[in-house]
Amino acid sequence: MNRSFVSIADYSKEEILHLVRRAEYFEQYPNQKVLEGKVCATLFFEPSTRTRLSFETAVNRLGGRVIGFSDAATTSSSKGETLKDTIKMVSNYADLIIMRHYLEGAARYASEITDVPIINAGDGANQHPSQTLLDLYSIYKTQGRLTDLTITMVGDLKYGRTVHSLLTGMSHFNPIFRFVAPEELHLPDIYRQFMDINNIRYYEYTDFSPEVINQSDILYMTRVQRERFTDLVEYEKVKNIYVLTNAMLKGSRDNLRILHPLPRVNEIAQDVDDNPKSYYFEQARNGVYARQAIICNALNLK
Amino acid sequence: MKKELQVAALENGTVIDHIPSEQVFKVVSILGIEHLKTPVTIGYSLDSKKMGKKGIVKISNKFFEEDEINRLSLIAPSVKLNIIRDYEVAEKKQVSLPDSVTGLVKCNNPKCITNNEPMPTHFSVIDKENVTLKCHYCEIKIKKEDIILL
Ligand SMILES: [Zn+2]
Repeated sequence: MNRSFVSIADYSKEEILHLVRRAEYFEQYPNQKVLEGKVCATLFFEPSTRTRLSFETAVNRLGGRVIGFSDAATTSSSKGETLKDTIKMVSNYADLIIMRHYLEGAARYASEITDVPIINAGDGANQHPSQTLLDLYSIYKTQGRLTDLTITMVGDLKYGRTVHSLLTGMSHFNPIFRFVAPEELHLPDIYRQFMDINNIRYYEYTDFSPEVINQSDILYMTRVQRERFTDLVEYEKVKNIYVLTNAMLKGSRDNLRILHPLPRVNEIAQDVDDNPKSYYFEQARNGVYARQAIICNALNLK
Repeated sequence: MKKELQVAALENGTVIDHIPSEQVFKVVSILGIEHLKTPVTIGYSLDSKKMGKKGIVKISNKFFEEDEINRLSLIAPSVKLNIIRDYEVAEKKQVSLPDSVTGLVKCNNPKCITNNEPMPTHFSVIDKENVTLKCHYCEIKIKKEDIILL
């Protein structure tokens, strides 16, 4: 059985809960030499220092070794080698392949051409499931549960893959969603249909108001990326609309926590950083524990 | 029956009837009929009570597999097949949309791995009524009117 980790949609409620509990375990006991003698390849066809360092830290804390590359420009794929050939070659060396690719579906395809488990560290605009698991773990850790929570997502809900994956992952846990986005960046229809089919309650807003914040357990902020726009006038119009400031949190729930996949640009003002409800820096640290859980699961180590 | 077929009788083989005229050549290419070595008759712009104009393809000594035939459902869901044995209609078949489609439809996402690697495409049919496909790799959904055949 191939234990690749490609998309959060492949995982049941029980499997997600299992991974979340394993992340909790690794937070308590981060140094476990269960990967002693194992080689993990990190193949980053598209550079992402943040994600790569998080995965490599996870492997190192588990006692494994890392080989790989951090930029496709230095590899044979820049000479026209197919993904298949690269994966086949690396499969001869590594026990696990952690890959990030600029093409959508690359990780799924890789998982079909090798017996070595593949962990998807991002495939273009499609999936980034380890980010989703660390988001889920952060929610679980700060709220004590995943069920019956109100999650408010703000910013680029059209192209934001972290938003789509978190929505999918949370769908098992009876959430209420509130979506705050400009017209140009609102949630795609397919996700609305998905929620309708699964009887998930959701509300949509164009105003980022304290009323919405005050009804939330989690505020999930995302950045509006310039490269998503073909029309830069459009970008200039929306980029400063959804900015969270400390003053907006005055009436918020005590248990509210603010998440952000990072890096932020200016959608969270600096004065929020000192508010105990800000959680985005801790959230990034949770990424290592979540990835330890994912790696061990892929290698069938509990 | 022979009158309805409007073209010369077939001893053994398959008659694909009620093809919308504009789809006749797509049907031929989807089934790879141009590569067959057996006699083939292609009727085009024939009169039809039901359809106004229709196309018909008769292939001698050829019987298709179910999944080959079902590929036609993407472009011509109304076609009817007559399986002919010894000049008689031995069986009538309609096409139905399969659960998945491999190597037939192009993914409309230029950043999809299938458009950048030498590999077959693979879609699941997520809505049979409205014909909506979902790419197994990049996960985008393709509506009926946007389907491009390879
Ligand atoms: Zn695709």
